[in-house]
Amino acid sequence: MSESPIRVIEEKCVGCGLCVKACPFDAVEMADKVARIDLTRCTLCGACVEACKFDAIECKKTTAPAADLTAYRDVWVFAEQSDGRIASVTYELLGEGRKLADELGMKLCGVLLGAGIGDRAGELTARGADRIYVVDRPELAHFQDEAYAAVLIDLVRRHKPNILLCGATAIGRSLVSRVAVTVRAGLTADCTGLAIEAETGHLLQTRPAFGGNIMATIVCPANRPQMATVRHKVMKEAPANPDRKGEVVLEEVAAELLKGRTKRLNYVPEVDTVVNIAEADLIVSGGRGMQKPENFAILHELAEVLGGGVGASRAAVDANWIPYSHQVGQTGKTVCPKLYIACGISGQIQHLAGMSSSDVIVAINKDPDAPIFKVATYGIVGDLFQVVPLLTQAFRKLLKK
Amino acid sequence: MFGPRLFGLVKLGAGGIGSGLSVRREREKRMHFVVCIKQVPETTDVRINPETNTLIREGVAAIVNPFDTYAIEEALRLRERLGGKVTALSMGPPQAEAALREAISMGVDEGVLVSDRAFAGSDTWATSYTLAMAVRRMGEFDLILCGKQASDGDTAQVGPGIAAHLDLPQITYVRKIEEIDAHRIVAERLLEDGYEAIESPLPCVLTVVKEINEPRLPSLKGKLAARKATIPTWKAEDIRAEPDRIGLEGSPTKVVRIFTPPPREGGEVFRGEPGETVPQLVEKIQGIVLGSGG
Repeated sequence: MSESPIRVIEEKCVGCGLCVKACPFDAVEMADKVARIDLTRCTLCGACVEACKFDAIECKKTTAPAADLTAYRDVWVFAEQSDGRIASVTYELLGEGRKLADELGMKLCGVLLGAGIGDRAGELTARGADRIYVVDRPELAHFQDEAYAAVLIDLVRRHKPNILLCGATAIGRSLVSRVAVTVRAGLTADCTGLAIEAETGHLLQTRPAFGGNIMATIVCPANRPQMATVRHKVMKEAPANPDRKGEVVLEEVAAELLKGRTKRLNYVPEVDTVVNIAEADLIVSGGRGMQKPENFAILHELAEVLGGGVGASRAAVDANWIPYSHQVGQTGKTVCPKLYIACGISGQIQHLAGMSSSDVIVAINKDPDAPIFKVATYGIVGDLFQVVPLLTQAFRKLLKK
Repeated sequence: MFGPRLFGLVKLGAGGIGSGLSVRREREKRMHFVVCIKQVPETTDVRINPETNTLIREGVAAIVNPFDTYAIEEALRLRERLGGKVTALSMGPPQAEAALREAISMGVDEGVLVSDRAFAGSDTWATSYTLAMAVRRMGEFDLILCGKQASDGDTAQVGPGIAAHLDLPQITYVRKIEEIDAHRIVAERLLEDGYEAIESPLPCVLTVVKEINEPRLPSLKGKLAARKATIPTWKAEDIRAEPDRIGLEGSPTKVVRIFTPPPREGGEVFRGEPGETVPQLVEKIQGIVLGSGG
């Protein structure tokens, strides 16, 4: 039971140190010219095995019986919706899913659960889906963890998809974690890159970890479906073609699947948030440099002119200058807008983790040495209380508002 | 994912639901709150060695996953209101015991470490299975609390995974507990565009967000208790874990490549009077603003 899953074959090790350099986790060291692996740090990623020219490191790979994976076909996209409105991340998944399905020579299918949502299927076929599985039941009017999971599990078991993609949203992550456990599937969270491995046909799933400090590519060789949640705003939306038609399959499910133990009592939309920053293409964000809550007014003004949302650093949220729902960063939201304007934000690594994948970053800060300038595409060293109003003025003129 | 791989993780009647926290002591049985915590490297310290392009972990402090501290705090507050005990549970290498001692110093009653070489390489499937088996071994419990995700792996999959393994209801991304008694809970779940109140029978699994509370600092008494506490270590056989469901073998996902993303280059910085720098910036970014339909 406690046999080490990775070991150095000491007779073969020449002490060259290639493995030490290859290890992304600093888990290999040289002791008496022999590599030593610190198992508490080792993640069994296999980087050292690959780097070793002397086959001196052995990593126990799973010897799972070659399950019949050929029975699993098609690429599925879970179509998240609320009140019949399809979440835009779904279109991004359809865009990416289309590529994967074409490469595999499989169909792209949407899964749509809800109440009175049958007519929405056309929106999914218009965006590239070949077939839509629809479960239209009053019990599914709102997302319910157990009922939605039970229905999705039932569909997966009956139709055996090869790949199942879902948005990395609050609902998506809550849902598919349950599904993956129950159907014994691999699930990779928050992917920013998907591709098909040519030799094997496996899905290569790339995701950031350690707040974006490292990237990992993950496969799921012996289990199906290959499940992944995908970060919003990373993949390109599939364009809508209203002439494109597909097959709509109305699925019947057993009534007991629809009985969850939890009950949704009410829903309160966040009134304060004019624009949901996770969805916004343009974000104006403020940090400690804003000094007091009233000063956020100038950011709101700029955001309004630009048609964007207002974000904040942890420092500003912790000081109660702005609600938590605006927080960008490791303990807040991860955003990926086309333009991120950071005002009075120093650029702590936790903040960068939440916004560094933005297309263009603008930093406005008094301190020329602020770390935010290291990641900014453009920067202004100056007083934000002078700069921001001028920016607002300039864009108001430009946009004729 | 990255869980311990990095080692560092009956429907009820509606009843009258009012606002605020209403508490009914109607059960004689002691409430048992289980908090699942993970030891993670302090991310502020994570640096990349520019020569080898790999993570420098030398001297990096190990801390309790920040999100889990909110789960600990919430469990302590529930105990203060309802009575009972709080057990912290962690899966990880032997040194993850430190995370449990930290939890005890905050006021947690007991800590349990689940540690075995056989767990190495666990992904979120195997991790949630292992933690679920450990909870099962504890016997009676009313509520399992987890942070919404770990700061090293960021998956948010282990909490719901535990719920699925134990076939329990779940309320994820909880920002507030509105009501709780011995049989049911009403909690607010934070969504991207608002929040919803969810009612669930107990036992159930909660994952909590930062907004829920302000974690307390360890007390002197707590620190003393932490130093003296005996923390049992449970191995795979102690929790009756199936060998093919734990560790690398039991994990459907495999890491095939780890790499450092290309660093973002610093760009053009404008200095001078705002009257000059602002137009320079506008010139650069107006295309994006106009392109997005402003």
